Formats: sequence, structure tokens, C-alpha cells
Amino acid sequence: MAEATLAGVTVERDDEGFFKNPDDWKEEMAPELAREIGIDPLTEEHWKVIRFMREDFKVKGQVPSIRRMKNEGGISTKELYNLFPKGPAKKAAYIAGLGKPHGCI
Amino acid sequence: MSSDRIEKVSIVISKGSLEGVYPGLIMANGARMEGIDVNLFFTFFGLDAVITKRMDKLKVATVGNPAMHIPTMIGGLPGMSAMATKMMMKEMDKLDIPPVSEFIEMIHDTGAGLYACKATVDMFHLKKEDFCEHMDDIITVGDFYEMSHGGQIIFT
Repeated sequence: MAEATLAGVTVERDDEGFFKNPDDWKEEMAPELAREIGIDPLTEEHWKVIRFMREDFKVKGQVPSIRRMKNEGGISTKELYNLFPKGPAKKAAYIAGLGKPHGCI
Repeated sequence: MSSDRIEKVSIVISKGSLEGVYPGLIMANGARMEGIDVNLFFTFFGLDAVITKRMDKLKVATVGNPAMHIPTMIGGLPGMSAMATKMMMKEMDKLDIPPVSEFIEMIHDTGAGLYACKATVDMFHLKKEDFCEHMDDIITVGDFYEMSHGGQIIFT
């Protein structure tokens, strides 16, 4: 999966589907990305997570940890696991057009 | 999902030093992040990690650990363990690794099960009230094996 067309735009993605360049991402692409990993529809709660991740990534240059999302983003760990079952950090980063998270926490 | 993927793990935490507890907690949290089912079982001194009064007072062992690279006699001086603990906690915080009580709550909130070993609870004369609210239950070894069915068991 090197290149893919999302919301009419061609973007580069890695073998697992994560964006190679987060700047390619547009909000219109999120619902399609979410469907690819079985999350449909994207609710306002999902968007809260995606927006926090995008904002934090812009400032910090890395995908926020689950702890950071809890303490800085006000998103409880329980809620995060409910919204993005079976791997919340990876799934949320996938939909938010960020690279694969590298942290252990 | 392919069948050769790990679907479930049971992690036993049997030691009560800071460096004895964290690896198990990190592995448990990491497993949940990958969508793996997790049960955590605390036994012997590992129980300190879920005892309300003790969980945030765990210390790094500075004696009898050659990998600390300090002579045992020095490691045994008053305050050495406290100092090593402070330093390690500071480094962990930089990596976003939380203090034990926060970590236990986080792991609980991921949907993992947290259990205390009944034999140890009886041996140390502990009660359910001594444990933090996120510890689900006090269970026997038999219960533990039953619960671990179909998964991998990791002893730390």
C-alpha cells in the first residue's frame, strides 16, 4: 500500500496503511480511514481524540501516549478503549493520518 | 487476525521492588495497547504494587544487584535506595511512564483484570480493604490457571 487515493487526493502510506506524511491528511479522509479498520461511523467523541492527537503532534512532533491523552487531552483511558477497541493508540493514529506510534506506553 | 497472533496473556508479578514491578506493568499495558487480553496476578512481595499504602513507596534495590554498578557496601548506605529510586522515577516520567498508582488505574481502565494471590494474602494477614480499588479480586492459584486458559503465562 504505497499510494492511495483518499477524498480525491493521492497520499503516500506505509505497508500497514499509516500516513508517511501527516501533512497530507485532511479531515474529509478520516471517515474512510476509520472504515478501513472497522470503525463506522466516526462520532464527535472520536473526533475529540483525533483533533487532540493532531494538535499535540503539531506541537510535540510525536504521537501522544495514552497517558498524555488522559492527562493533557482529558480523554479517559476507558473511553479511549471503548472508542477504538483493540489497540486505541494505533487505531486513532491511523485515522488521524499520523505515523505508527513508537512509544511503549 | 491470524491464529499465530498472541490473543491473551496472564502476567505474574512476584517481586516488590520498583524494578521488579514495572516490567510486568509495562508488559501488561503494552499488551492491551495491542488488543491482547490481559490478567495481572500479584503474588508474594509483588502484592505491594496493589496495596494502597505501599504502591507509591516502592524502592529500587541497590544491594545484591550487580547491574547497579555500585559496590554492595555503598549500595547499603542509608538513603542510597531512595536516591536511586528518585532518579529512576524521574527518567521514567520523561518517557511518560506513570507512578505505580496511576499506572495501576490506567491498566485497570484498559479492561485488564487485576488479582491478588490468596495464599500470600492469608500469609501476610491482609484484607480486601488493604488493596487499592482497582484490584478486582483475591483468587487462588487454581482460579488463576482457570482464568489463564487459552493464553500465555509470563512470570516476572
